[in-house]
Amino acid sequence: MSALIEVNDLRVAFGHGAARVNAVDGVGFSVDAGEVFGLVGESGCGKTTILKALCGLNRAWTGEITIAGQRLTPRREKSFYKLVQMVFQDPYGSLHPRHTVNTTLMEPIRIHGLDDPNRRIDKVLREVGLGPDFRFRYPHQLSGGQRQRVAIARALIVEPKVLLLDEPTSALDVSVQAEILNLFAEIRRIEDLTYILVSHDLGVVAHMCERVAVMNHGAILETLGVDDLMANRCRHAYSRELLESSRGYAHELSA
Amino acid sequence: MTTGTGIKAKRGGGLRAWLMAEVAETVMQARLQRAYLGWLRFVENPLAVIGLTIILALILIAVFAPLIAPTSPSAQNLDIRLLPPSAEHWFGTDELGRDTFSRVVHGSRITLYIVLLVALIAAPVGLVVGTISGYFGGWIDTILMRLTDIFLSFPSLILALAFVAALGPGIENAIIAISLTAWPPIARLARAETLTVRSSDYISAIEIQGASAWRVIFRHVAPMCVSSVVVRITLNMAGIILTAAGLGFLGLGAQPPSPEWGAMLSTGRLYMFEQWWLTTMPGLAILIVSLAFNLFGDGLRDVLDPREQ
Amino acid sequence: MTSAPEPILSVEDLWVRITTHHGVVEAVRGISFEVGREKVGIVGESGSGKTMTGRSILRLTPKSAAVTAKRMGFKGTDLLSLNEARMRDVRGNGISMIMQDPKYSLNPVIRVGEQIAEAFRVHHKVAKAEARERTLEMLAAVRIRDPNRVYRLYPHEVSGGMGQRIMIAMMLIPEPDLIIADEPTSALDVTVRMQVLDVLNDLVSQRGHGLIFISHDLNLVAGFCDRVLIMYAGRIVESCAAADLHNARHGYTRGLLNSLPRLDRRRDHLPVLDRDPAWRDGPVLS
Repeated sequence: MSALIEVNDLRVAFGHGAARVNAVDGVGFSVDAGEVFGLVGESGCGKTTILKALCGLNRAWTGEITIAGQRLTPRREKSFYKLVQMVFQDPYGSLHPRHTVNTTLMEPIRIHGLDDPNRRIDKVLREVGLGPDFRFRYPHQLSGGQRQRVAIARALIVEPKVLLLDEPTSALDVSVQAEILNLFAEIRRIEDLTYILVSHDLGVVAHMCERVAVMNHGAILETLGVDDLMANRCRHAYSRELLESSRGYAHELSA
Repeated sequence: MTTGTGIKAKRGGGLRAWLMAEVAETVMQARLQRAYLGWLRFVENPLAVIGLTIILALILIAVFAPLIAPTSPSAQNLDIRLLPPSAEHWFGTDELGRDTFSRVVHGSRITLYIVLLVALIAAPVGLVVGTISGYFGGWIDTILMRLTDIFLSFPSLILALAFVAALGPGIENAIIAISLTAWPPIARLARAETLTVRSSDYISAIEIQGASAWRVIFRHVAPMCVSSVVVRITLNMAGIILTAAGLGFLGLGAQPPSPEWGAMLSTGRLYMFEQWWLTTMPGLAILIVSLAFNLFGDGLRDVLDPREQ
Repeated sequence: MTSAPEPILSVEDLWVRITTHHGVVEAVRGISFEVGREKVGIVGESGSGKTMTGRSILRLTPKSAAVTAKRMGFKGTDLLSLNEARMRDVRGNGISMIMQDPKYSLNPVIRVGEQIAEAFRVHHKVAKAEARERTLEMLAAVRIRDPNRVYRLYPHEVSGGMGQRIMIAMMLIPEPDLIIADEPTSALDVTVRMQVLDVLNDLVSQRGHGLIFISHDLNLVAGFCDRVLIMYAGRIVESCAAADLHNARHGYTRGLLNSLPRLDRRRDHLPVLDRDPAWRDGPVLS
């Protein structure tokens, strides 16, 4: 039962000289295979930057990242992208506006030279709850929730082991959010997947995750089980403040 | 007659419904739907439709020039030198007794030839240079953009003149020279477009699918730049026509017996005050065609430019 | 109706129809409501017509939208009968609007203090010095600690939370009777959001403005507003006191509330909203 993902002393800095900002400042955590791990914090705390370093979009990091026993370098082999995939925050910006669903899903198949494209596309579309008649639609003909399903299908089509979720429901309506969160739970029952979920919404994190790391100013303040978080057994004042604010407006007044 | 139009209207309704259907069943239908919606937006702009009509007319005239023109553009008849416009010679005749109307009609072929070739050379070159420069950034960007700056720092006519002077006069060389001056603005535009597209999530998404840089550039970035490049090159057509006419006028483009509009202007200027039609007719042709490309480009921008939507 | 005796705004049978290439879309379908000196929340999902409702009051709808109503009464005048010049006077002076993102609502090349002072001087003929005094007071009122320093800042130099407080100051300084806030805190972090809402709450209650608070966040509206209108498919489907929102009766409202992930207990599966076609034209519950 060794960890699938291990991160040690991860540092990411933006800018040079005096304007240098440490967006991620010595972060370490580990995620077991099959676990759902949450990273919470407010905008600018570095949670998305960690995901970008993990998936290879940000190459300017130092430290140690190990996934499935492989020590990662900033540059990744093509095979890495079959292991780790990502779902982005904004479904309106993460699908190519000139490509149909079919084209979007064909690209990873072509890149990795996978066989039997039609079977794969049909299977993955069914898995995310879209019928085959969605294959030839353009993104502008889809609702926000449908777009996010296509984005999830695109991530799943290469059959990855790790799915990185960057605020996957924050741009969606609450009823659609519930559908997408249920979808993530379902997919995990079928496929052998490990999630890292980044969110500012403690409700979503508490619903999805087993363990949560609370981040502030590029550092992890504490890592705790979701039951401890919900029972307000946080050690840091900031985590408690985050929790209180998430409960709604009246709670803040009475606090 | 009435039943015919009735059936036609019915079929048109079915086609319209197919084009406006919420769900496309094939890639073809999805593409046609997009084009149809674009067309609907385009026809909202009457000036753009006028521009398109003139360009279509120009193409038809060029294709059927021998049928439209009453005489050959080079048929000389010294008995009818410098006749004013009349029923027989609509645009009059020139100093060698050639029919000006026939020459203007045949000149449309040359104009179209120049415009098409320049667009086919300059647009892809500019697109490739701009997207590569914008996507890779760093020293590749620096080198390509400084090169572009060098070309941009000369007025295009002067630069074209220099190239023609080096290559020798003639229509092919004029086309090469104009293309050399036409790609840098396209490259700049494609680069700027690439910079905004590059940072979007759908490009990040394809990058973490493991796509190579070339695949990202040509399959994902470039298609997003094509529409603004098409708009820009259409708007630049007027400039290209004028530069071509300018080279012709200076005797560095198409060479005399050829009925190129600029060259016609040039010979006509000797007779400008007494035989006004020799300069006016090719001049009007240049004006109308340049204007048409501008109007068409404006309409095209409303349809294609993603920022306007 | 349980609103204040004399409403500031009363809207009767409001329709917004938008013409597109695919035909006419009815964004708002015959809604009626009143706003007194209270905080009224309009909640609904995207496409429910809540934003169009707010914008149609100030005539800020896109050109392709046609706004009709039996009456849109604001303090005794019918807003629909006003010409563009009179309407400009109403915007800002009578009714202000706070948008979601202050970044796009502030002029980037003018100091924020000058923008607020300008907003004041447009509607009140006073000297520059007095406008400046009033601006500094207003900045203090939105709990900005060092008004003199902030007065001289440019919009890009302020954080999101402070930017939204500046917007509130700018919208409230002409003393409007009604404020329309369209998702004013959605772009802000949760901890900052509470501070901004506190500021808005204090000012609105102290000065007796009416407030229309448009939001997708049911929990937030339940805690913050006095009364809530729930919109679905261009209609108001339910209207209730904010404190009773968690006991809402309409299937849509209940469905929305149930589909929220909760912080107090875990569920394996979130109930998904099952849209009943009857909601589109069913009666208004209140």
